[in-house]
Amino acid sequence: MRPTVQIKGIREGLLVTLGEGMWSDVQTALLQEVAEKASFFRGAKLILDVENHILNAATLGKLRDLLADFDLSLWAVLSHSPTTEQTAQMLGLATRIHQGKPEDSPEPANEAGLEGADGLLVRRTLRSGNSIDFPGHVTVIGDVNPGAEIIAGGDVVVWGRLRGLVHAGAEGDTSAVVCALDLSPTQLRIAGEIALTPPDRKQPRPEKAFLRDGQVVAEAWSLPGNEN
Amino acid sequence: MTGRKKSSNNSSEAAGNGKVITITSGKGGVGKTTATANLGAALAAEGYKVCCIDGDIGLRNLDVVLGLENRIVYDVVDVIEGRCKLRQAMIRDKRLPELYLIPAAQTRDKSAISPSDMVRLADELRGEVDYIVIDSPAGIERGFRNAIAPADEIVIITNPEVSAVRDADRIIGLIEAEQKGPAKLVINRLNAKMVQRGDMLAPEDVLELLAIELIGLVPEDEHVIVSSNSGSPIVLNEKSRAGQAFRNIAKRLAGQTVPFMDMAADDGLLNRLGKFMGRGG
Ligand SMILES: Nc1ncnc2c1ncn2[C@@H]1O[C@H](COP(=O)(O)OP(=O)(O)OP(=O)(O)O)[C@@H](O)[C@H]1O
Ligand SMILES: [Mg+2]
Repeated sequence: MRPTVQIKGIREGLLVTLGEGMWSDVQTALLQEVAEKASFFRGAKLILDVENHILNAATLGKLRDLLADFDLSLWAVLSHSPTTEQTAQMLGLATRIHQGKPEDSPEPANEAGLEGADGLLVRRTLRSGNSIDFPGHVTVIGDVNPGAEIIAGGDVVVWGRLRGLVHAGAEGDTSAVVCALDLSPTQLRIAGEIALTPPDRKQPRPEKAFLRDGQVVAEAWSLPGNEN
Repeated sequence: MTGRKKSSNNSSEAAGNGKVITITSGKGGVGKTTATANLGAALAAEGYKVCCIDGDIGLRNLDVVLGLENRIVYDVVDVIEGRCKLRQAMIRDKRLPELYLIPAAQTRDKSAISPSDMVRLADELRGEVDYIVIDSPAGIERGFRNAIAPADEIVIITNPEVSAVRDADRIIGLIEAEQKGPAKLVINRLNAKMVQRGDMLAPEDVLELLAIELIGLVPEDEHVIVSSNSGSPIVLNEKSRAGQAFRNIAKRLAGQTVPFMDMAADDGLLNRLGKFMGRGG
């Protein structure tokens, strides 16, 4: 049985929703569909809703290249899986469309029902252009380079240099904190407050930023009772 | 399987073991074309058979830098669309008989080629030459993806400038995401005096951020501009320091261990760099 491939025209391009099944079958079904309707698809901007499929970069990159053979450009990937969303973001694809999303596919009520959704562990350096947008806490083991951004509903902890843009408590949580081994973000926000980085210090040290009386402050990040 | 055109991406049937090196940068104007021409020429001077491909469809200029412009009959799109045989599009350099160029099409745009077309073309060339050096266009769009699709090795060119380094970082992220890496780094247009005065990013600052292997430091050198204009690669000029730097990079790409050049104006530079360099010193 051929996995389902639903196509719908929306404002941003063609929204293609892929059904359940083995990924190789799903990909074949999609490419078949595209080949059969080549003239309809030609030059289109594609938004792929892969639902629950968990895709790594090699798989998604390959699909994008295969689609390019049909003169189709993969523009966005929508998914219920945070892994797939991260993959898509790494490849520079959009993972959200703002308007024109048909009513019958409800906003995936951010990870509702997904286990472990209140924490995201990122085990690599976020480079310029990478963006993490997550409703819960975010931990990065690696650096956050200038030009990268993290937007988290909760706290952000970086086990490395934080030099990009970071927004903790993005949905208004004023108790959110940002910690890093070297806290030198281009811009740091907690809830509704913005702090610009002071000119750099000679010796980076672990720091924690939080709100005190509505102001962003940073203190040494160390064992309790072991400060300064 | 109702009559779907076979568009296999598979390179396993590749005939030869020619190696594909893609030169890319993100930001424009940092020296990709200069590097492609010179690394191609230097590898050819080392005795390897080399074919350079201009991947900058619509804005071709590798042919000019190599001084082969007036010999173009067919281009890369002609090969891919089957209007000529591969050999017919390979222009042979008169100075370096082991060096060939497949020029870009000037009157088409990047969508004339897809990543799997480039994989097929490169696979065919692997049987003909030892090295295929691809000049990528600036940006992260189709032309860039075409250029990296067949790559075995990727060389990132950057300048010691914040914006160029930021774009290089972005490109490295994309390459890592596609599991194409590890990419190697060349810092071009280094002015040791300016670094010393603190007016230019030092190589170690660039390396700390990008965290990939450094395979070359190329000084700012006005001979480069003269040689691009006259269509004669700078590596053929024994006196040029940039030429020397490119010759060293070519040797490193071919697997030789070559010490890094002294950037003269700053004695401390090499010492400080030492810790970033795996080998060669
Ligand atoms: N080491 C150097 N010293 C002096 N000039 C240089 C050096 N490297 C490159 N240039 C000059 O910089 C200019 C841009 O170089 P080049 O065309 O190779 O860049 P590019 O990255 O290919 O640009 P594009 O993105 O437009 O394709 C040229 O005029 C070239 O001669
Ligand atoms: Mg160029």
